[in-house]
Amino acid sequence: MRLSVNNLACERGERRIFAGVSFTLRAGEALVITGRNGAGKSSLLEILAGRLRPAAGVILLEEAGERTLAECLHYVGHRDALKAALTAEENLAFARDFLGSPAMTPSEALEAVGLAHAARLPVAYLSAGQRRRVALARLLVAHRPVWLLDEPTSALDTASQDILRLLLERHREGGGMIAATTHSPLFLADAKEIRIERRPTRLEGEPEEESA
Amino acid sequence: MIRSFRALLVRDLKLAARVGGSGVMGLIFFLMIVTLIPFALGPDLNLLSRIGPAILWIAALLATLIGLDRLFQADQEDGSLDLLRLSHAPLEVVVLAKVVAYWLVTGLPLAVAAPFLGLLVALSPEGMLAMVATLLVGTPALTFIGAVGAALTASLRRGGLILAILVLPFMIPTLIFGVSAANAALGGTIPFATPFLILIALSLIAAVVGTVGAAAALRSGE
Repeated sequence: MRLSVNNLACERGERRIFAGVSFTLRAGEALVITGRNGAGKSSLLEILAGRLRPAAGVILLEEAGERTLAECLHYVGHRDALKAALTAEENLAFARDFLGSPAMTPSEALEAVGLAHAARLPVAYLSAGQRRRVALARLLVAHRPVWLLDEPTSALDTASQDILRLLLERHREGGGMIAATTHSPLFLADAKEIRIERRPTRLEGEPEEESA
Repeated sequence: MIRSFRALLVRDLKLAARVGGSGVMGLIFFLMIVTLIPFALGPDLNLLSRIGPAILWIAALLATLIGLDRLFQADQEDGSLDLLRLSHAPLEVVVLAKVVAYWLVTGLPLAVAAPFLGLLVALSPEGMLAMVATLLVGTPALTFIGAVGAALTASLRRGGLILAILVLPFMIPTLIFGVSAANAALGGTIPFATPFLILIALSLIAAVVGTVGAAAALRSGE
């Protein structure tokens, strides 16, 4: 399986956030997306996750059979996509049934992120870091080859960060792909890195940029 | 696809039953309107039983509308909507599951409660039966039409009022044929089946247009 992104551009509120972003991800590879606040890191992931539409550019998923990109990926964004009224276990059970191709059971996944004791608690009672871990446990309950992670280490303590790093490595060894935004360097070993720069405002008299 | 549908349906039913869910809210709102109107009109039983079906239908329409703004907004706010986009099933199935769950916790209880509330507006037994039948086949139309509005206003902070303004005009035909079917059952010149069949048709059309429309609105919305 190969994910190639060519000349991607993003516009939000009629403002160009970034343009000309290209990269290729093969099985087992990881991509780290860096850049300043507001540079468009999250927007890039949201485009890949199908939440935003790109202003220009092509996203191609090859050798994936009949599956679309959305069916091949997990997305853990800033918002945890957890229902506060349901327990951690119920949230994961829903994700497992809804996303299809089930992998671990909810209790196994919670155990893997060190939250077995909180399985029966409503998510509303969990701390920010614990919620984040429940959201990351979602990666484990359904098998999807592409993981899109938006600041996965935010709100995590060092022990949990180590667990996460281990999970990501295991996913890559199994032929998975990871694209993650992060501010902490050396988060993923031997990962590709792209830096997204906010485009300087175009000066007057400059030629109109080409739109692919 | 069936698996995703069922998972989402069960999740939404669970959420409605938990604290802060919208489970009984519509029903209580329905009860409030129907109890208030006889107090306002005074003890004229003939008048009450004549306008009873209209009162029940208006109350049912408003009760359907009251929780509708949260249908997609709640999922939009906590990021669940992004998760729902990643399903094997198309977005239409997602919309259908959510609307069916919403109808099961609002529309269905209204239809079941109609005979008891019919007592408050002095409905005859035939009238009560007609109310249950018309609400049972008419409230799905209201929910499906409302779902389009809910999808359009999903990312608006206070979308409830805009939602009402958007969808109320489209709910009027359902209201007209619902009330006229209930009135026809109480006696009148037209047979009960005529408006009742149109009501069923409206529900079926709304089921298709509402599902496709709401899914399209969710796709285009940011």
